[in-house]
Amino acid sequence: MGFKNLTLTLLACGALSTASQAATTIQWWHAMTGPLNDKVNDLANKFNASQSEYKVVPAFKGNYDETLAAGIAAFRAKEPPAILQVFEVGTATMMNSKGAIRPVATVMKEAGEKFDPRIYIPAVAGYYTSAKGEMLSFPFNSSTTVFYYNKDAFKKAGLDPSKPPKTWPELFADAKKLKDVAHITAFTTDWQAWVQVESFSAYHNTLYATKDNGFGGLDARLVFNTPLEVQHITNLQKMIQDGTFSYGGRKSESQAKFFTGECAMCMGSSSSLAAIRQNAKFSFGVAPLPYYPEAKGAPQNTIIGGASLWVMNGRPAAEYKGVAKFFTFLSRPEIQADWHQSTGYLPITLAAYELTKQSGYYEKNPGADVSVQAMVVKVTNKSRGVRLGYLPQIRMILDEELEAVWAGKKAPKEALDEAVARGNEQLERFQKISGS
Amino acid sequence: MEKRVVFNERWLPVLLLLPQLAITTVFFFIPAGEALYQSLFRQDAFGLTLEYAGLDNFRVLFSDPGYLASFRTTAIFSVGVTVLGLSVALVLAWFADRLIRAKTVVRTLIVWPYAIAPAIAGVLWMFLFNPSLGLVSHWLKMLGVDWNYLLNGTQALALVTGIAAWKQISYNFLFFLAGLQSIPKALLEAAAIDGARSWKRFWSIVFPLLSPTTFFLLVINIIYAFFDTFPIIDAVTQGGPSKATEILVYKVYNDGFKGLDIGGSAAQSVILMAVVILLTVVQFRHVERRVSY
Repeated sequence: MGFKNLTLTLLACGALSTASQAATTIQWWHAMTGPLNDKVNDLANKFNASQSEYKVVPAFKGNYDETLAAGIAAFRAKEPPAILQVFEVGTATMMNSKGAIRPVATVMKEAGEKFDPRIYIPAVAGYYTSAKGEMLSFPFNSSTTVFYYNKDAFKKAGLDPSKPPKTWPELFADAKKLKDVAHITAFTTDWQAWVQVESFSAYHNTLYATKDNGFGGLDARLVFNTPLEVQHITNLQKMIQDGTFSYGGRKSESQAKFFTGECAMCMGSSSSLAAIRQNAKFSFGVAPLPYYPEAKGAPQNTIIGGASLWVMNGRPAAEYKGVAKFFTFLSRPEIQADWHQSTGYLPITLAAYELTKQSGYYEKNPGADVSVQAMVVKVTNKSRGVRLGYLPQIRMILDEELEAVWAGKKAPKEALDEAVARGNEQLERFQKISGS
Repeated sequence: MEKRVVFNERWLPVLLLLPQLAITTVFFFIPAGEALYQSLFRQDAFGLTLEYAGLDNFRVLFSDPGYLASFRTTAIFSVGVTVLGLSVALVLAWFADRLIRAKTVVRTLIVWPYAIAPAIAGVLWMFLFNPSLGLVSHWLKMLGVDWNYLLNGTQALALVTGIAAWKQISYNFLFFLAGLQSIPKALLEAAAIDGARSWKRFWSIVFPLLSPTTFFLLVINIIYAFFDTFPIIDAVTQGGPSKATEILVYKVYNDGFKGLDIGGSAAQSVILMAVVILLTVVQFRHVERRVSY
């Protein structure tokens, strides 16, 4: 008797909960921390309030690596989230996992949502678009490489704070002055593999890898050991040796050296703007990256970092309709403009950029548009970005080799050759596994 | 006189063993079997294609100089952690055992670090030794040491070895203290009467009598250095600079979870498992012979 009662109660509960949860739940796994996490929840809440059919539930799953690993484990266990945020270096992995993902263009078409890929900034959307022109993932948080400098330190060194170095030779001269006159370590960089090699190559319009940096096929191989790159790494090694460059780590640890005032110049992600604004107790400027004037085609554009949203296969059809509606919501100019302004990420649509411009935001926040301007130029096949399999490992190999250079254990040419050789082994493996 | 428990019933011993067997099966045998299986295949991250690769994953590993270097790093690291952890703990236990005042306070303080999660310990030390904001690195710089573990591999390895040993000292200390307390006072007193000095008493009486404890701790510490030190490495150096602190278990994680190379990573864990089994067997075969119970 007791058992029967219990069953009835459970059934009643089940019926009740289905009645009250008429909205289809859409799981969104992401890697955003701190203020960005709040912003993500804010976006979901706004969308949920705007309609009653779907409910987007964001869940923080750790850093980018961990979020991707969690998504993969969930897919293998046949319980994937509908939306998974994957960082840009994971793009090739996602693209080549055809059974695991559902192209965004398809999701939009099947749901009957209006979708025009041309409204997105080409340099951003292009990275997430297949060779056939189909948009595969939804560009969500894209950043790019910029140059931050301490205006007070520049003044102290007798430099003009309104004139950040435009070229690398100018930077070297400024660095020497900062050290000799102001006694400040001049330079540091976040994300060395991304900023000093990947983005550096695009900015100087040279290839990072063959086959248009991997956009043209899985048989792409690394070629970032050209004389220009070797020269650049040699110059940076010299800076380490004469004490004008202080190395802080592989990821974004170095920005702390900048906002504490230890280093006067820092290269990093445009999305670090919020953190720097919050922590720096001096006036600072944001500028485009310097370039080598003798390089032909420089400055081109910098390349994107950040992440995009992938739609995973294996969910009920109803959820995909909701996902499409959510992406339409995210593309709205006012939503994008707000996201761009509060986070420092790029606006993903041209309309959002125009809206931000009209609102006078860039006048009030000088430097915030540096990242956008570095992206809105016409991209070349060499500067569209880097889309290679096992890119996280290739970055790690580069980090290891660069650290050997900074420590004075390896010559720059030797290290870059070694990084190319080791990276190519990874690419061969990826090609074999992805089989084509 | 042989100590032996005899079960009259057949099922009782099985029943008593069952919970432990179930746990070992779920958390060890099944995952280990899975790793063994996956190490023979090439597969993409999502497991969509599974291609039999034979021993290819292993061949790739052993032709990779980075992997062989990782063995060397692991050897230096685990020997360092074990020797440092055991010797410091023994010295502390030796003195704590002879304390007269504030015994409990001192012992509690020494045991304290054991309660700290490895990742927290890593972060704690990182703040002390961080080249730009660390307090200790500030002192080191005043002493003229060019401290920068972000670029200097030797310093990085020394730092993580120090942290890992520090974390394990409490555990070793507890066992050594218990071991010391179980040594009959009469033996030491007799030796003292015979004119043996403190140092002599330690080497010829205490140390041999402690050998079962030391042996147990040796096995535990090596396994600790191989596996449980992962969070410390992850929090402090992430295997860098270059590959200076990439121990075997960290490479498994790096290639599997960051690199998404499941087959290669599985092959590494199989090798790692074999190494640890081998080490433990060797320890029991050769070192244990010299232990007097």
